[in-house]
Amino acid sequence: MSAVEAFARGPGPLDVTAIRRDFPILERTVRGNPLSYLDNAASSQRPRAVIDAMSRYYEQSHANVHRGVHWLSQEATDLFEGAREKVRRFINARSTKEIIFVRGTTEAINLVAQSYGRTQFGPGDEILVSWLEHHANIVPWQMLCQQTGATLKVAPITQSGEVDFDAFAALLSARTKLVALAHVSNALGTVIPVHRFIAAAKARGVPVLLDGAQAVPHMKVDVQALDCDFYAFSSHKMCGPTGIGVLYGRESLLAAMPPWQGGGDMILAVSFEKTVYNSLPYKFEAGTPAIAEAIGLGAAIDYLEALGMERIAAAEHELLVYANERLATIPGLRFVGTAPEKAAVVSFTLDKVHPHDLGTILDSEGVAIRTGHHCAMPVMDFYGLPATARASFAFYNTRAEIDRLVEALHTAREMLG
Amino acid sequence: MDLKDLYRDIIVDHNRHPRNFREIPDADRRADGFNPLCGDKLTVFVKLDGDRISDVSFSGSGCAISVASASLLTESIKGRTLPEAEALFKQMHQLLTQEDAVIDLPSLGKLGALSGVREFPARVKCASLCWHTLDAALHQQQQVSTE
Repeated sequence: MSAVEAFARGPGPLDVTAIRRDFPILERTVRGNPLSYLDNAASSQRPRAVIDAMSRYYEQSHANVHRGVHWLSQEATDLFEGAREKVRRFINARSTKEIIFVRGTTEAINLVAQSYGRTQFGPGDEILVSWLEHHANIVPWQMLCQQTGATLKVAPITQSGEVDFDAFAALLSARTKLVALAHVSNALGTVIPVHRFIAAAKARGVPVLLDGAQAVPHMKVDVQALDCDFYAFSSHKMCGPTGIGVLYGRESLLAAMPPWQGGGDMILAVSFEKTVYNSLPYKFEAGTPAIAEAIGLGAAIDYLEALGMERIAAAEHELLVYANERLATIPGLRFVGTAPEKAAVVSFTLDKVHPHDLGTILDSEGVAIRTGHHCAMPVMDFYGLPATARASFAFYNTRAEIDRLVEALHTAREMLG
Repeated sequence: MDLKDLYRDIIVDHNRHPRNFREIPDADRRADGFNPLCGDKLTVFVKLDGDRISDVSFSGSGCAISVASASLLTESIKGRTLPEAEALFKQMHQLLTQEDAVIDLPSLGKLGALSGVREFPARVKCASLCWHTLDAALHQQQQVSTE
């Protein structure tokens, strides 16, 4: 019985032992040690249910979607569109017209920049982001600014790693055409109280895009309750396959936006005189989509929902509290990012030991963490650090794995400190 | 694969106490090296006397491997001629990247301590950054990035 079958029955906390059996990769060893995978903010692992759903699709149901009258094409289309409906329900969008399949968060943001931004923004217009952003929520806007003459504005952060709300509000003006904010910081784990930021933007009629890559895997996200206009996230951080992600967009905005890539599937009729574009969401999905990956994402959503996002969030929070307690006992360890509300991400430095050396020493003990700038170089610059070490937890991690992390950090101190 | 192979005593020592860790304000050649993966940044300074390297130093920040490698580099090329430095660069490149390289380890002296890096592919760029930066400086390029 998979953990999902066991838990779907009733309430109570998650049984991590049963859950771990659902993830084949967690059984492997690394350098002779059991794997402690604490790099979930970079990419999570997949349960067998997701791997099987993709294999089953390739073994039984594969054909191109939206094209043929033959049986398999219809079956593949039903599975693919079924996955879209799962995504819609998962984030509570009004309609599947608002669910665009893309390659990931990065492509989702680029889509908005190039379709929405490029037609709407001009010289003097401003796009407002925060200092916490991942490069994926910075660079597409910089490129857009070069193309349109718009300007990128950056709301500062505080020492604890929170976006300074007052400074953000002061930067909102009649020139602001879009707010693009992380929901959860990938580098520090800060949960940004986006309701407040969205309300301030809405009061001025400014649309809001949220980068939800780090939020969707770890908390219940409801795009209608958030009242955001765009929401971007990736499958591979939420136990789904790589190569697929989602752009949620408010239907009225998406309807008015031009396609950003042309090709098959995104058209109704093509002649050399005139092409009529397809309706939503297909207008934004040129070419054969990542069908198996969409189906895998649907299976990941089924898995997460069966465990329950509230129980997942509770289990991960418990790991965060335990990790903070244990890590605080290590001399010379400094936490980077201490916001009161955080996802299960701990960024830190250790005196006299460079994060990159930490990464190697931990790896030799089978403990996988991320070291470096986490694709958020402005955050590193803010703290005056070249890099940090980052441990990030998922619901399948255990206290014993955190203990192994702590032991390996002691080894690193002895070797290099 | 043993961690002690990577972090040998010489490496740990040169990381804790890097040699020639200073700037040379009137350097004849200098270049900046950058490893975007881990954020290592260093600058190599060279003072020339004809075609001989009369002084060499480095500044910046990085992991133990990159700092120790840069420190060992400065010790090993001070006093050498430009062609000798070039030859050493080629040998180090082989040592760090080629599994079957035939290298006269004793001739490399302390630099041989870096041979363990080869077993840790993710760290080869850390060890080679200073050598690429030196090469850039000697060829009068201003910047090099190991990405």
